Amino acid sequence: MASTAVRPVRIIVAKVGLDGHDRGVKVVARALRDAGYEVIYTGLRQTPEMVVDAALQEDAQVIGLSIHSGAHMTLFPAVVAELKRRKATDIVVFGGGIIPDDDIATLKKQGVAEIFTPGTPLQDIVGWLRKRFPDGGG
Amino acid sequence: MWQEDFESAPARDDGVETSTISGIPLQPLYTKEDLPRREEELPGRFPYTRGIHPSGYRGRLWTMRQFSGFATAEETNRRYKYLLANGQTGLSVAFDMPTLMGQDSDAPTSRGEVGHCGVAIDSLADMETLFSGIPLGEITTSMTINSPAAILLCMYIAVAEKQGVPAAALGGTLQNDILKEFIAQKEFIFPPAPSMRLVVDSIEYCAKEVPKWNTISISGYHIREAGSTAVQELAFTLADGMAYVDACLERGMHIDDFAPRLSFFFDAHIDFFEEIAKFRAARRIWARYMRERYGAQQERSWKLRFHTQTAGVSLTAQQPELNIARTAIEAMAAVLGGTQSLHTNAMDEVLGLPTDKAARIALRTQQMLAYESGAANTIDPLGGSYFVEALTDEVEREAEAYFRRIDEIGGVIPAIEAGFFQKEIADAAFRYQQELEQKRRLMVGVNEFMVDEDVPIDILRIDPRLESQQAERLREVRRKRDQARCTNALNSLRKAAAGTDNLMPYILESVRAYATEGEIMQSLIDVFGIYTEKAVV
Repeated sequence: MASTAVRPVRIIVAKVGLDGHDRGVKVVARALRDAGYEVIYTGLRQTPEMVVDAALQEDAQVIGLSIHSGAHMTLFPAVVAELKRRKATDIVVFGGGIIPDDDIATLKKQGVAEIFTPGTPLQDIVGWLRKRFPDGGG
Repeated sequence: MWQEDFESAPARDDGVETSTISGIPLQPLYTKEDLPRREEELPGRFPYTRGIHPSGYRGRLWTMRQFSGFATAEETNRRYKYLLANGQTGLSVAFDMPTLMGQDSDAPTSRGEVGHCGVAIDSLADMETLFSGIPLGEITTSMTINSPAAILLCMYIAVAEKQGVPAAALGGTLQNDILKEFIAQKEFIFPPAPSMRLVVDSIEYCAKEVPKWNTISISGYHIREAGSTAVQELAFTLADGMAYVDACLERGMHIDDFAPRLSFFFDAHIDFFEEIAKFRAARRIWARYMRERYGAQQERSWKLRFHTQTAGVSLTAQQPELNIARTAIEAMAAVLGGTQSLHTNAMDEVLGLPTDKAARIALRTQQMLAYESGAANTIDPLGGSYFVEALTDEVEREAEAYFRRIDEIGGVIPAIEAGFFQKEIADAAFRYQQELEQKRRLMVGVNEFMVDEDVPIDILRIDPRLESQQAERLREVRRKRDQARCTNALNSLRKAAAGTDNLMPYILESVRAYATEGEIMQSLIDVFGIYTEKAVV
């Protein structure tokens, strides 16, 4: 456990794209909150610009994206590009959804830190964040 | 005596739950003592627990209706012809996200979404291509669309006109269930009140003009897939159904004029017996409410007819071939539950769009059930089973408890606005996920019996050029159409939306004038506004 002076890592959890499948994003948001992170869920149909706005406004260190419509190859890189444009590349982006393996490799090359696919234990996501932010809450 | 033997015998200690997947506690054994005391129930007789047809599947098998759509209208048209040639008996259209959300393919927020999880339809021109060479008077078609449902139905009617098929001869189903969008799938656009008006407009219009059309498919599928339990799926869906009935009655319609064309759509999950109990309870509850609360006189109004789809959420990306077995179990539950039509998922749907081969295996699974397994030979074969009858009653009781809670909140729409359903579903989804993590529930290949091998499986990919091609088609439609007719139609629609006229004729004229889906929706948004949900985690 980190010292109490350390602010817990703040995570923006967002649904990008047009689909409204929010089961996964809500389960993950709740698990991250239970693990001690500060979680802000943006709700549905966020554009990449809206997500980055929210992250900057909330001073978040992490953005978690969820999508189930198949538009991940357009929208995930668009979030990364928007972070670059706003000079906020220190914000870590991860994502989840129905995303084929080949796409995962490409997305990682484009700056998405990690992708979690269906069936991932929640503890794996928490574990990954703990490794990434060893003294940041959780 | 048995009880003592049971208790003295060693019990399994694997820690796996023995309650149903929805958490209904189960006894290790059911006997005559558990059979409810009631008059004998028979198929085709009120309350239809054992089925709505006296002849069950002896009279007619369920319709094998595979939900399908991707890329362009042209490519989907090819897939439909392939499925029909392979013995499929009805069509079911999957639209892409922009179409579902009432946007044209060239809208900025359609970026990356065109043709991905369904077919892209922007105007009547696309719909003509989608059904080219498919005689609409001879097949039935189901269309999964909600906020813009009235527009797509008008497009279908307009295509039929061009084929020389009168609207009165059309058969099929429009999902058109906006309440479950607010509750679960979240593809809402307008606020609840104007959304309900559009639903009632289409029901009222079809009662006169398209009498063989199922005007709505009141859906539990999405509620379940969003994480609800079986009981919640059943209770929320039937509550939605009653909310539509109330809205139509308020419009001044007579119950027996619209009730026979209300249809339902349920999930078939992996917990075999619970699902069968759910289907049987659904029929009994609906029949009772229609006859007793709403005073429907016609038997057709009492009968709950439903489509079933096997559970997408039960499929696993790990060892995906196992999904064939899961789907077979779920489909069997649907058949033993007496479904009128069925979609079986393809094994690769958890990875992406189904390939031709996976889609064919899914269809073949139904054909095996129908023709090899013997499941269709006897009506409601589980009727009278101590266990299934007791479980049917238990599911019914728990659904009734939910009806009371919804009533206490003031009805379905106030409960939506209070986030009641959303929270119930999110809680259930989280509970289930925790049970998986604690291995109190097992998913084969996911949290137990894993293998460390990559199974290469073909995935259907959408050509990234499709988006610009579809946008080009759309520009051409706008260029070629009679712009004055189109503008007039949209203006009349806007004016009508501000009043109280039934909007269907105005939408139909806009569609005939090749107004795009996005333009028609925008005209309605101008009057109705849009709805945003307060996000609840």
